[in-house]
Amino acid sequence: MTPVTLASAGLDTGDTAWLLAATALVLLMTPGLALFYGGMVRTKSVLNMLMMSFVSIALVTVVWLVAGYSLAFGDDTFAGLIGGLGHVGMVGIGPDDLTGSVPTLLFTTFQLTFAILTAALISGAIADRMKFAAWLVFVPVWTLLVYVPVAHWVWGPGGWIVDALGALDFAGGLVVEITCGASGLALALVIGPRIGFKKDAMRPHNLPMVMLGAGLLWFGWLGFNGGSALGANGLAAASVLNTLVAGCTGLLGWLFVEQRRDGHPTTFGAASGVVAGLVAITPACGTVGVLGATVVGLVAGVVCSYAVAWKFRLDYDDSLDVVGVHFVGGVVGTLLIGLFATSAMTGGAEGLLYGGGAGQLARQAVAVLAVAAYTFLVTYGIGKVIDRTMGVRASEEEELTGLDQTVHAESAYDHGGLGHAAAQAPGQSVLRLQDRSTAP
Amino acid sequence: MKLITAVVKPHRLDEVKTALQDLGVNGMTVTEASGYGRQHGHTEVYRGAEYRVDLVPKIRVEVLVEDADAEPVLDAVVRAARTGKIGDGKVWAVPVETAVRVRTGERGPEAL
Repeated sequence: MTPVTLASAGLDTGDTAWLLAATALVLLMTPGLALFYGGMVRTKSVLNMLMMSFVSIALVTVVWLVAGYSLAFGDDTFAGLIGGLGHVGMVGIGPDDLTGSVPTLLFTTFQLTFAILTAALISGAIADRMKFAAWLVFVPVWTLLVYVPVAHWVWGPGGWIVDALGALDFAGGLVVEITCGASGLALALVIGPRIGFKKDAMRPHNLPMVMLGAGLLWFGWLGFNGGSALGANGLAAASVLNTLVAGCTGLLGWLFVEQRRDGHPTTFGAASGVVAGLVAITPACGTVGVLGATVVGLVAGVVCSYAVAWKFRLDYDDSLDVVGVHFVGGVVGTLLIGLFATSAMTGGAEGLLYGGGAGQLARQAVAVLAVAAYTFLVTYGIGKVIDRTMGVRASEEEELTGLDQTVHAESAYDHGGLGHAAAQAPGQSVLRLQDRSTAP
Repeated sequence: MKLITAVVKPHRLDEVKTALQDLGVNGMTVTEASGYGRQHGHTEVYRGAEYRVDLVPKIRVEVLVEDADAEPVLDAVVRAARTGKIGDGKVWAVPVETAVRVRTGERGPEAL
């Protein structure tokens, strides 16, 4: 993504039309993620999983418009670390203000959909066992203390990673994937493993739902990466193509590992491989050529399929593999920019394999370390504070019964009438309800 | 009277049902069941993690027949349910003291 400045250049209707479409595409990714994650958990907590994504849309939108946008994309106020408060509540920005060639109100909406998705992604690490009330507190605080500063470092005007360091992150390898992955790990460590982790079978309860979610993510990801060109142009086209091919090679890479290691190419592996490839190409889609994107997706598919086993060896319960897929995939993609970046795409920076030396690779590595360390430490701190005040984990009984019933008073599926009482409205008998429905 | 209970693979239900109808069996009760025999289920793989699934889906078919019909019914069920692969199931017969048709109050063979 190019650094953002409030420019006085004229509005371009083509660019604006594309970014409007891309914004809608990216927004769809969060409900898609809800299905992707929802299918992976057990029946008793699928609604809670869906809710954590949906409520993130509401929470982050409010936080973003109140202060998030201003602090991330407002004028730099301190050494490239944070933006200003000049646009709190979107004050001072009207329909005629432009960012590049598109309305600033559209640019901030596009960016908002990224912040929403990133927060929702973290929920995969703490599936089945986080207090819903604690999640409602965590998301806004995390957005302000982690997402917003990192977005400013990488994409904001004067951000230190883009300006002083010169690392590249076209669509969110650092800002989205590494932040959600490192945060997922931190929160998983604070909250502890699910009851029965490594002992009980915790199979995904609905793999068609996982596949549908992965499909929606892939669809939306074209807007995520293609829209990050902030214009209807060749760079957007290249990003869309790179995104498509990396998803494909990610899928193939993951299936290759499964066939060799487990003897079965699984649907879950296919869905996971697509996401791994898409994660890795996110930072790189606007800086590498098609061949580079092909390799980035393939490497991510292979590496991430091995990485998801870490949680069993290292004993942390990142339930839905936010670390193994998003953190590892994000690191793979961000580092491979240092090998595959081509000046034909970047207009300047070149990676090691294109004659640019090791400098870009080193810059990418520094950015990865800085973002990962900051994100992990701050998220761990937020988690600990919430834990010591309101408690971060659901009770043992709630976890064993399932959060759908205990938190939301609902169940996802009707498995037949056995054990279910008749419907009854508050204060009314079933008979009265029937009487009313048949009254003349 | 005998109660014949057959636990069979779900995809053999139609064949079993047809075989019993061909023998003139008037009614049956079918329930979904899970269980395992010698094969002890199967293994599934999710993101590289293997899960042993012991209890596999089965169908339980129950029919009440007169004593003389028990052997032909057992044979028919075995023929219809057999695939030759492991996990084909079991069929057994137990004596029944009496049966009552709820609608009419008829007892014994009259109730079948």
